[in-house]
Amino acid sequence: MSVSRFWRKIPQRYNLIGTQCTTCGRHFYPPRSLCPDCRRSGKIVDHKFTGEGTVVTYTVIRSASDQFENTTPYVLAIVELDEGPRLTAQVACLPEEAKIGMRVKSVFRRVTADGESGTIHYGTKFVPVE
Amino acid sequence: MRDVAVIGVGCTDFGEHWSTSFRDLFVKAGTLALEDAGVSGEKIDALYVGNMSAGRFVEQEHIGALIADYAGLATNNVPSTRVEAACASGGLAFRQAVIAVASGMEDVVVAAGVEKMTDVGTGASVDMLASAADREWEGFAGATFPGLYAMIANDYMHRYPLTREQLAQVAVKNHENGSKNPIAQFRNRITVDTVLSSSLVADPLRLFDCSPITDGAAAVVVVPLERAHEFTDSPVKVLASAQASDTIALHDRRDISTLDASVAAGKRAFAQAGLTHKDIDLVEVHDCFTIAEICAIEDLGFCKKGEAGRLTEEGATALNGELPVNTSGGLKACGHPVGATGIKQICEVVTQLRGEAAGRQVDAEIGMTHNVGGTGATVVVHILGA
Repeated sequence: MSVSRFWRKIPQRYNLIGTQCTTCGRHFYPPRSLCPDCRRSGKIVDHKFTGEGTVVTYTVIRSASDQFENTTPYVLAIVELDEGPRLTAQVACLPEEAKIGMRVKSVFRRVTADGESGTIHYGTKFVPVE
Repeated sequence: MRDVAVIGVGCTDFGEHWSTSFRDLFVKAGTLALEDAGVSGEKIDALYVGNMSAGRFVEQEHIGALIADYAGLATNNVPSTRVEAACASGGLAFRQAVIAVASGMEDVVVAAGVEKMTDVGTGASVDMLASAADREWEGFAGATFPGLYAMIANDYMHRYPLTREQLAQVAVKNHENGSKNPIAQFRNRITVDTVLSSSLVADPLRLFDCSPITDGAAAVVVVPLERAHEFTDSPVKVLASAQASDTIALHDRRDISTLDASVAAGKRAFAQAGLTHKDIDLVEVHDCFTIAEICAIEDLGFCKKGEAGRLTEEGATALNGELPVNTSGGLKACGHPVGATGIKQICEVVTQLRGEAAGRQVDAEIGMTHNVGGTGATVVVHILGA
């Protein structure tokens, strides 16, 4: 991912900041600047999520793109945040620990990097909640 | 709106074409289709070319012009348009051709699909295919395409009674059909054990649950039905052409294991054709992964949610079953050159309806195609009748 493309989403990726439509109350993460329900009558503001959620579904990636090849196997999941929206993120746990319905919380982690001397991409991962 | 008919089809062998270039693949398929249709180049009014990612697979954009040029049509100044919707690019190119003819804007139109995927390594192609999903919010986190479908599979198996063996039987059936298809990439029969002992790609999906990396091209010729008999005695009528969208990211779906775009496109197609499920004699569905065929059968309404695994196990979707699914071998065995697949599906149904499918021939008068882009963000459904 290019530096500019990563850089402009740093607040959202680092701090789990999404958006909310104050017209209908719906939360969005990944952030949206147009509410799909209210469209142009919606009013969108930033919203910081608590980071707690539940695994809706998951997989263990064993064959990855070149960028993630040296981190396989890793657990990839769709997490439903307690405020409602769902996102795709890695869960930092052993493959056999992952299960549907497990409670997780967000953590700030290194996700990947642009080669050996390129930008390090940090972002949100999740860890199991005891 | 005018009725539209397919008068010719052509398909290259699907597989690894290390010694054939992107443009030569297309020219071969296009030539086969024109010969089949009995049409000469100067009669062609327009070209629509489905292609997902030539820019990354072969570092060539401006595919519409390239194809027109090497098809020998540039000097006639024939309009040529590239159509892109990830793995639904071919189905969408066909739909654009049908719309062009139905509208009265064009008369003789070629719809084609082409992809050359083996000019790059596996890791690179995995990355390119991931661009059919949401790069910033799925790809960034390490999502691969098999990974996304694996999450559909896990959600599905958590909620419905689908066994790992039933899932494997989708691949077994499609390899059986592929063994009877001379253009198929894989013509070897496999067993449930073959699937279950293959390496894990993304749990629970294994290597033999996944469609391969493939080179190939396919082309069809469409004309107004009223003119079809100028060219052929066996035109195949386009009874419906439907398309639907959904969210680009899997995590934003209403239901992870229901492709709402398949549901919507299927309903629209049945309404357009004035037909019901009982009227469909065969269907080519988008089985990029085994779970995708299970979802497709259900989402198109051929059975209730949760039943497709059992029906597959019982043989209902086999060549001699009640509803043959993927007589070509599907994406799994026939191969999946992403931009070409949607056109190959049309080729297969036309071949079946004309009674020319030899060893894999089924008794059919009406067939359906179902072509999915991404994890279901675009779906294109067509119904064709003899």
